[in-house]
Amino acid sequence: MEILIDYCWVFLVGGILCVIAQILIDKTKLTPARILVIYVTAGVILGAVGLYKPLIDLAGAGATVPLTGFGYLIAKGAKEAVLERGLIGALTGGFTAAAAGTAAALCFGYLAALIFKGHAK
Amino acid sequence: MQKGIIKLEAPPSIIAASSVVGQKEFEGPLGSCFDLHDDKGTFNMDTWEKSESEMQRLALNLALSKCNLKSEDIDLLFAGDLLNQCISSAYGLVNFKIPFFGLFGACSTCSEGLTLASMVLSGGMANRCAVVTSSHNCSAERQFRNPIEYGGQRTPTAQWTVTGSGAFILSAYPQGPFITEVLPGRAVDSNIDDPNNMGAAMAPAAIDTLMRFFNETKTSPSDYNAIITGDLGSEGSAILREFLKTDGYDITQNHNDCGLLIYDCESQDTHAGGSGCGCSAVVLASHLLPRMNRGELDDILFISTGALMNPSSVSQGNTIIGIAHLVHISNTNNKGLKFNGNTN
Amino acid sequence: MNIEKESYKKYVKKRAKKSPIIKNCIWAFFVGGFICCIGETLFRAYHRRLLLSHQDSSAWVAVTLIFLSALLTGLGLFGKIAKRAGAGTLVPITGFANSVVSPAIDNKSEGWILGVGAKIFTVAGPVLLYGILTGVAYGFIYYIYLLCV
Repeated sequence: MEILIDYCWVFLVGGILCVIAQILIDKTKLTPARILVIYVTAGVILGAVGLYKPLIDLAGAGATVPLTGFGYLIAKGAKEAVLERGLIGALTGGFTAAAAGTAAALCFGYLAALIFKGHAK
Repeated sequence: MQKGIIKLEAPPSIIAASSVVGQKEFEGPLGSCFDLHDDKGTFNMDTWEKSESEMQRLALNLALSKCNLKSEDIDLLFAGDLLNQCISSAYGLVNFKIPFFGLFGACSTCSEGLTLASMVLSGGMANRCAVVTSSHNCSAERQFRNPIEYGGQRTPTAQWTVTGSGAFILSAYPQGPFITEVLPGRAVDSNIDDPNNMGAAMAPAAIDTLMRFFNETKTSPSDYNAIITGDLGSEGSAILREFLKTDGYDITQNHNDCGLLIYDCESQDTHAGGSGCGCSAVVLASHLLPRMNRGELDDILFISTGALMNPSSVSQGNTIIGIAHLVHISNTNNKGLKFNGNTN
Repeated sequence: MNIEKESYKKYVKKRAKKSPIIKNCIWAFFVGGFICCIGETLFRAYHRRLLLSHQDSSAWVAVTLIFLSALLTGLGLFGKIAKRAGAGTLVPITGFANSVVSPAIDNKSEGWILGVGAKIFTVAGPVLLYGILTGVAYGFIYYIYLLCV
């Protein structure tokens, strides 16, 4: 029963984050690329002011999988690195935290370019 | 005084036309009318740009063979497409070795080419000219929008670039159907900056051209069998009809749009309809001219419409300039010579 | 005839067919929610079965989802789903992955350095720039804050 409730929160929070973006796309002139930038920046800011952590505690992957979660990781990385290494951590922390996702996307992107060809729609 | 309608003293004839399209166009309502199609849309080429060039080559080859002519028989070639510096036309047609004019009129290129070729022919500067235009959905997406595999939603007013190329052979010798008069369009700033609503961006230019035409000829829309615009799509067509009606020209009975004819917008998910240099060209070549040949249509106004813009102008927030060139095609020439249709 | 420019702009905006926002939102909600649930399942598998740390499990979830998006993008299926799902596939890390993979595939005809190499960052570049920029700004402010307290 507990697991069901957990999944409900994951679904609900993840879904709502997507719906907000959908409304922004349909109602404003914001392009998808801008939405991604807004989401990642919003994630950093929400992470910085401590509002995103409670959402992750509540919804798990519902909050970490959307791009705001990526932003939160950057904020968290920056904070921890500053605590550990001082000012230089402000520069290293965010990048380090974003490294896994970024490197994976770049490597898989490169591999996909090696293997696949475009398809006419 | 500003040049208005140019009446062609010796109306040239469109003696052959051919169309080459992709799979989506083949699946559309006009599918069986097109001469050639490739279900992968690649035409056995390794880039989309080369595929588009290949379509132009195939289209011109086919048009030449339809009227039993060789490339040496063609005096001048007018061709254009949507890609930067008209590369599809240059690469696709280089081996024909015909004196070449590369045109850019965005999606209006088809009637732009027909206009220029028929003026040259009527003026006696050439005996036969070819007009070729093309667009390819994938090469246009790459240049103007997003990568092919990019996952995004298109707005309901967006149009779908047609994969297709049309070629026309025009001759000074009377045969028919004839291009009797042309009206070069004026560039009109639409004040629309949304590249996903090209129909609305091009409609003011079409309105401008048609109003000039009706005012100068003192004719009314019902004097023509059909008034066919290039690629205004559902948005632009509705705007055109509404504005012209307000000014006393009701075209609702005989107006249609190539962008609406080529796809079934509902089932093919093409939103507001087709667009691109290939759109009006393949519809004219495969649908309108054959109907004139069969005598179903005798007198049509053909107005390709174009949106003059590029990715930089759009991203810098400029408004889109529209243009619409009008070509009057008739089975009867100015000497009363009547074309009775042919069977091919 | 002169069409008055400002009024034409308003007229066009008014008559333009609107996006089916309710339908789009329903799709976005369910697809987005579903992708997050896949993420949650993966997380539980990595964290509880493979006994990876919380942080590493999260990273592996991202990597797995990115791999799946890259695969679907390469097979030409991502666009077909995204056409309906809209923000449902865009907002999860899948949208970021697609925006990296699609220009990479698309631009290999322009070479491996300036084609794939440069264009791979078309959308990912802005996301990384503004993400990192805000992150660095936050780190700097946090450092100042630590000095003050």
